[in-house]
Amino acid sequence: MIRTLRRWGWLFAGPTFLAFLVGFIVPFALGIYLSFTKFTTVTDSTWVGLENYSKILGDEVFVHSLWYTVAFTIVTTVIINVAAFAVAYMLTKAIKGRNLFRGVFFMPNLIGGIILGYVWLLLLNGVLAWWERSISFSEWYGFWGMVVLLSWQQIGYLMVIYVAGIQGISDEVIEAARVDGANNRQIVRRVMLPLLMPSITVCTFLTVTNGFKMFDQNLALTNGAPSRLSELLALNIYNTFYGRPGFEGVGQAKAVVFFVIVAAIAIIQNRLTTAKEVKA
Amino acid sequence: MKNLKSLARTGGIAAVTALAIGSLAACSSSDNSTDGSSGAAADGSVYYLNFKPEVADQWTALAKEYTSETGVPVTVETAASGTYETTLKSEMGKSDAPTLFQVNGPVGLATWKDYAADLSGTAAYSHLVDQSMALTSDDGSQVLGIPYVIETYGIIYNKALLDEYFAADWSTVKSIDDLDNFAALKTVADEIQANKDALGVDGAFTSAGFDSSSDWRFKTHLANLPLYYEFKADGVTGQPATITGEYLPNYKQIFDLYITDSTTAPTLLSGKTIDDANSEFALAKAVFYQNGTWAYGDISGQSVADDDMGMLPIYIGVDGEENQGLTTGSENYWVINSQASEADQQATADFLEWVITSDAGRSAIADDMGFTTPFDTFGDYQSTNPLTIAANESLASGKTPVSWNFTVMPSEEWKNGVGNALLAYAQGTGDWSAVETAFVDGWASEYTLANG
Repeated sequence: MIRTLRRWGWLFAGPTFLAFLVGFIVPFALGIYLSFTKFTTVTDSTWVGLENYSKILGDEVFVHSLWYTVAFTIVTTVIINVAAFAVAYMLTKAIKGRNLFRGVFFMPNLIGGIILGYVWLLLLNGVLAWWERSISFSEWYGFWGMVVLLSWQQIGYLMVIYVAGIQGISDEVIEAARVDGANNRQIVRRVMLPLLMPSITVCTFLTVTNGFKMFDQNLALTNGAPSRLSELLALNIYNTFYGRPGFEGVGQAKAVVFFVIVAAIAIIQNRLTTAKEVKA
Repeated sequence: MKNLKSLARTGGIAAVTALAIGSLAACSSSDNSTDGSSGAAADGSVYYLNFKPEVADQWTALAKEYTSETGVPVTVETAASGTYETTLKSEMGKSDAPTLFQVNGPVGLATWKDYAADLSGTAAYSHLVDQSMALTSDDGSQVLGIPYVIETYGIIYNKALLDEYFAADWSTVKSIDDLDNFAALKTVADEIQANKDALGVDGAFTSAGFDSSSDWRFKTHLANLPLYYEFKADGVTGQPATITGEYLPNYKQIFDLYITDSTTAPTLLSGKTIDDANSEFALAKAVFYQNGTWAYGDISGQSVADDDMGMLPIYIGVDGEENQGLTTGSENYWVINSQASEADQQATADFLEWVITSDAGRSAIADDMGFTTPFDTFGDYQSTNPLTIAANESLASGKTPVSWNFTVMPSEEWKNGVGNALLAYAQGTGDWSAVETAFVDGWASEYTLANG
């Protein structure tokens, strides 16, 4: 068995590995290389060392994007997880038509970000028109617009994960807690939540990285307006790369910095929540 | 439970790596949308990356005709509005790069100078009526860009509505001939705005939208006027390192008029698009619309008849502006990709010659696309676009045309800075001094950045 695997393993792992090499490793290495160069098209570059990185430091728009994105990620992570858990909790109760409700809540997730952005742009602008405003009036209009949009899109998706997690808790544990005199509130806080930590790890990971990486919805809803103040990091990188001749390398350097930040936060977050996981 | 937990952990870490790497990969990998220009490389082929979405279909049809006539494959791709530089940048990185692309003037050419072939031997250059219009290399030894369309902009107006205004008993200005300075324009606009219900319009001017599809009308085209007068007063030619902003109060005057006598509340401008402005004018909901000859396709065929479209100069309140004409120039230059194969470059030059000399090419350019060209081959092919006709009439009447100076604006970043400040001023979240800073100081810093 093992010998067969050794002999033929490459046949099964090979294609995927090749795709991973071509699709991820090569562009990743090329991307890091390009961040140290000056170029107009990616096939024609000259080495400039750390110049691109030093230009990031003086970029006020980038710094603004950074904290704006952090604020956005914190707000969406909290709102989405709390709401998704609440919906999942309700939809694991024996209520009529709960499968239908689960389907309906999940559905927004099936729509692409760009389309969703344009649809919400119409909706939000339509409502804001009552006060003679539009979504791009100030950075905070855009901020809350994006929060609403992302929550609407993601709550259903995370709800599915929480539903699976809640159903995985054995009834005996809940039953035992109830016999010991715990009320509903105590059961949720002291029994369910600790047992749900694996789901919470996955869900917070997804929301944190989604918040940081959000691009399509930002592009479609505000496109950074006004004055690039509602630009999240991914869009800022895109605009630096494509929007300013001579700044392609700086955009690339920002992408490297972005990678380091997202990877670091995701790993820390993973450590923190997995450390809280318990066994029943 | 244990399974789920370890799944979460390994899955999470794998996902961290994959997603984060993906974020980098997205910036560097070129997408592989087909451009179909491969094949028949031995004889050369043409791949034109078109700048103007409003004539995308016409170019595609013209390319097909050329291919059926000569057998040379011609591919035309069009970048969506406002994304030309983005598209060009990724297309140029491919092995089948565009053989023919566009730059918007000297500043645009600077970005792509390593990709610009010498065009001095081409028919397109020899047919230019005024060869000094072409873009040359810094030492003047090479011709790198050839303008192919002359465009004009000003304040497009609805003649029928304006005649109604002149006839009304509440109007002060009684004839289009008196409407030849800023004070008169302001009077007319203010009175129309005050009596908009009587005229059945929503406002004097269309919305001054600041969506990226529309903001260039103010941060670039309108900003040209204070620059034009400043350069004229100071005798500036070429690209100056600094500007004084002497005519900024005039810029403010005209901009105030646009946002006050408008169909739209200033606080809503940030989200208004060019389509909004087009439809307001096309449906006769506004009398004035600052735009150019290229807008004809978007505003014709609705409520406003072709005969009812006219164009006024943009008056900003400068002495002697009674003789000011429309704003005429070009920011559309053909450039042949010097890094394409010899055969492809030759095929591209031949295609351009065919476009400006054959019957099919000339009628497509003049009639279907409605362009006025700078070539001497278009004698019998005059555009039927009423806005182009208005532009030609203005030139013939002896008014001084205003030149296009925005080709020397130091960078897109400068335009964006001015645009952002203008919007903040319009919606009341910023004040005019920010526009002044972006205009004058922004110019100096962007010039330094671009020219060392």
